[in-house]
Amino acid sequence: MNWLIRNWDQVAVALGQHINISLTALAISFAIALPIGIWAARNPRVYAISIGVAGFLYTIPTLAFLALLIPIAGLGRTNAIIAMVAFALLALIRNVATGLREVPAEVIDAARGMGMSARQLLWRVELPLALPVIVAGLRIAAVTIISVTVVGAYINAGGLGTLIFNGIAGDHAPKIWAGALTACALAVAVDGAFAYAERRLQRYRAA
Amino acid sequence: MLSDTWIYLLAHSAQFANALAVHVALSAAALAIASAIAIPAGIAAARRPAFALAAVSTANIGRTLPSLAVLALAMPLLGTGFAPSLFALTLLALPPLLINTVAGLRGVDPDIVDAARGMGMTARTILRQVELPLAMPVIFAGLRTAAVQVISGAVLAAFIGGGGLGDFITAGIAMMAWPQILVGAIPVTLLSLGTDFAFGRLQRRLTPAGLRAS
Repeated sequence: MNWLIRNWDQVAVALGQHINISLTALAISFAIALPIGIWAARNPRVYAISIGVAGFLYTIPTLAFLALLIPIAGLGRTNAIIAMVAFALLALIRNVATGLREVPAEVIDAARGMGMSARQLLWRVELPLALPVIVAGLRIAAVTIISVTVVGAYINAGGLGTLIFNGIAGDHAPKIWAGALTACALAVAVDGAFAYAERRLQRYRAA
Repeated sequence: MLSDTWIYLLAHSAQFANALAVHVALSAAALAIASAIAIPAGIAAARRPAFALAAVSTANIGRTLPSLAVLALAMPLLGTGFAPSLFALTLLALPPLLINTVAGLRGVDPDIVDAARGMGMTARTILRQVELPLAMPVIFAGLRTAAVQVISGAVLAAFIGGGGLGDFITAGIAMMAWPQILVGAIPVTLLSLGTDFAFGRLQRRLTPAGLRAS
């Protein structure tokens, strides 16, 4: 605890890096998963293939994945972000597709009857109605990414894992505590924030 | 490059066999201990709604914790080596098992339980012959999730001296020795994929015939 108070600036920098890397990875994976998920919702074959590939990537152990990317992406942040994006795809594609599929057929019929084009239907009816399920996917993806970011410090990507690895290397327990507990707190806080957003959206939709 | 990996593997076959054995032992032991704790706890919790909510909420928080953070915290508390790694991995395997046991049992149609009771079954028989078989696919899905997570977590156990295939990867990254990295990374990936596949197969096997989708 004393160490944390004396070195709060060091922890704050690591936390900032951690959030920065995680947000970047989340944004990239969502940008990839959204169009694939929309396509997969309409085409069962695309769904089966994309979930199969994303599930395969998700099953590869984190450190093995980071190590296998070294010849392609080297050591550092790019490598870690590629791994995070790969791990986040499963939850994101699955939830985008599931959310869109669960939109009631009558609602879509009604919107079509009002003369909406396919594009308007998607952006004004389907995606807004699928939003709670999509946010649930973002929640799982965000927690996964935060966890991978901790390991990413081993290949010099920065973040809270740096404190943990320095603490282990120097056999300095306070540093391990500071890094590990801050990482846990970040994961729990982000999970809680997304859970709150999910509930709010569901209530909004029910009203 | 792959031939270099093969040469490295042959030269270090004893070390490799030992790391693989430690990896499998660590993963299997963590999974077995976690099952022995979480499945009975889940059965007990599923009967009491307030308790179930508390147990699942706690497990949900546990599930969000980064694996490496949990393993790292075991070090200042318990030291380095196999036992602290086993402790941390067991903790990581508990949440999915507990959540799925509760969800599986609570998902059993109350009418079926009623019918069983009407046939004169005792609570114990209902649990053994009706509820648990019906909840089995969901419990097994939890076991599968936990298994993949534990195998992946066991790679990180190398950082706290737990041994396993992660040793090759960390040593390989430290020296930028590609064959060494691959000797750790490829088998551990195959182990994870193979376990996921095998558990998926078993899950389908264990699903009562009447519940199978196809």
